[in-house]
Amino acid sequence: MVRFLLRRFTVAILVALTVLTLSFLLTRLSGDLAISIAGPNATQQDVELIRQAYGLNRPLAQQYLDWLLRAVQGDFGESFFFKDRVANLIAHRLPITLTLGLVGLALALVVALPLGIIAAVREGSYVDRGVMLVALIGQAMPSFWLGLILMVVLGLNLGWLPISGTGGWEYYVMPGIVLSFSAIPSLMRLTRSGMIEALSSDYIRTARAKGLSRLSILVKHGFRNAAIPVVSIAAVQLGFMLGGSIVIETVFAMHGVGYLAWESISKNDFPVVQAVILVLALIYIALTLLADLLNAVLDPRLRTS
Amino acid sequence: MSALLEVQDLRVTFGGTAAVRGASMAVAKGETHCLVGESGCGKSVTSLAIMGLLARGGKREASALRFAGQEIGGFNEREMSRLRGDRMAMIFQEPMTSLNPAYTVGSQMTEVLRRHRGATRAQAVDRAAELLGRVGITAPGLRLGQFPHQLSGGLRQRVMIAMALMCDPELLIADEPTTALDVTVQAQILRLLAGLQRDLGLGILLITHDLGVVARIADRVSVMYAGEVVESAPTAELFGNPRHPYTRGLLACVPVPGKVKRGDRLGSIPGVVPRIPPGFAGCAFRDRCNHAHAACTGPIPRKQAGPGHEVLCTLDLAA
Repeated sequence: MVRFLLRRFTVAILVALTVLTLSFLLTRLSGDLAISIAGPNATQQDVELIRQAYGLNRPLAQQYLDWLLRAVQGDFGESFFFKDRVANLIAHRLPITLTLGLVGLALALVVALPLGIIAAVREGSYVDRGVMLVALIGQAMPSFWLGLILMVVLGLNLGWLPISGTGGWEYYVMPGIVLSFSAIPSLMRLTRSGMIEALSSDYIRTARAKGLSRLSILVKHGFRNAAIPVVSIAAVQLGFMLGGSIVIETVFAMHGVGYLAWESISKNDFPVVQAVILVLALIYIALTLLADLLNAVLDPRLRTS
Repeated sequence: MSALLEVQDLRVTFGGTAAVRGASMAVAKGETHCLVGESGCGKSVTSLAIMGLLARGGKREASALRFAGQEIGGFNEREMSRLRGDRMAMIFQEPMTSLNPAYTVGSQMTEVLRRHRGATRAQAVDRAAELLGRVGITAPGLRLGQFPHQLSGGLRQRVMIAMALMCDPELLIADEPTTALDVTVQAQILRLLAGLQRDLGLGILLITHDLGVVARIADRVSVMYAGEVVESAPTAELFGNPRHPYTRGLLACVPVPGKVKRGDRLGSIPGVVPRIPPGFAGCAFRDRCNHAHAACTGPIPRKQAGPGHEVLCTLDLAA
């Protein structure tokens, strides 16, 4: 168990370093940063000044090491556009994105798990086919389009929810629904196939031979085993949601990290872009690590071997 | 003596295929009844049908299915679940996969007693430890905290047996409990079952294709072929005076030290158990039988061949 965790942790750190390097290199590859920061009306002198001020005239390796050392300490420099510490910007906006992601995941699980279990129990029935059809539609629907439809119906026509902006819980409902839609199909399919496999297993026959209740057979003995792959995918899906929040937050004008990323990319605010990529990647890595841990908790064969 | 389990004219179909075609048998209290036959003859399906554990798509009919004098053929899943694990228990052929990999041995054993008897955790743990000791597992306390993957096949099957005994069942159905195990473990498990029966007086329906096992522990034997019981008799009678050509064929396949000499050919029955189409009439064994004749395509009489000895055959094969 300790060796398993140590190995996973080492891999996570290596991945984080790779992402760090890539996010640095990609912003440098997008063109001469000094020119784009200075703007179209700047003179050659202005550009040169900016290059010196931001240390862009130093060798690439030195810039990289300098940035790396400070990033490790949580110092991502200062935003050109917002005139604020990047770390501050992210700290303010991250809670919004995380809340949105968790709301989306919670909604997705609440819908996907029961439907997946029901579809598996009634395998081949109309209920099963109906559920799978919903999964197909959900998978095929672009999220920005679903967002617009919800805005028109729930926001404009019915007036139940605010159309866009950042605020109380009611602002999270529509974006949460849209985010959950992207995760529901895969979670539901996985729950269904896992349950079908579990329910046809010998240990379920044993559970029935023991005269256990239907609930105990389905949930304690069936779902417990079907849940192992679902947990991994749920963690990955939450990662996708945080990345996908760039689109959703822009559609719903929520001032989270995704929106920040969009703003700073369009303004070439490279310290912010680098930091956002890094933070999202770190969260993603942390989530996969968490999924591994949860798997070890759920599957004793991983824990004790 | 009233039977503990009484099955009359049991029929099981899967889609268009008849898996069991009118099987009848009875198990008395304290009796070991062996159900023998080659693979695919409907033994396992019969046992699962009695327990109400048929896989999806299996349909069961019986003119009588009585347990301890009570007709259980019309029981729904909820009513059956009260009997199963409590008064009738079952152990399976596959010890490696029949335990849930996600829970400890202790958790899986105790839940039976807690479900049926409302026992407390502590009571259930005590009972589980006692039974593990009884089935010959040393250090029960350690085993209770272990997961199935940490146990060998023989240990797992012992756990399955102990788990089946948690509520002191009256009937134990054992579907080839020793097939997946090596020979030394097989012998231990059989001795264990025989001992438990002597001590607890439980009725055992043992499904096996191993005639050596039958000879050692059965009181009564029913031979199944293609979903029918073709011959049924007390063990000594069946081995000494087999009447059905299929039974004779089965017995000829077993090497008996002293009787079969080195270099002698062992018997074999050509062909395999056929798939029986709906509406099939006559004897299902006739295509593999040396004695088949015209009458074998018509209705087959069930004859008395001695006290408690029934045979389903047109012939009158003398001993």
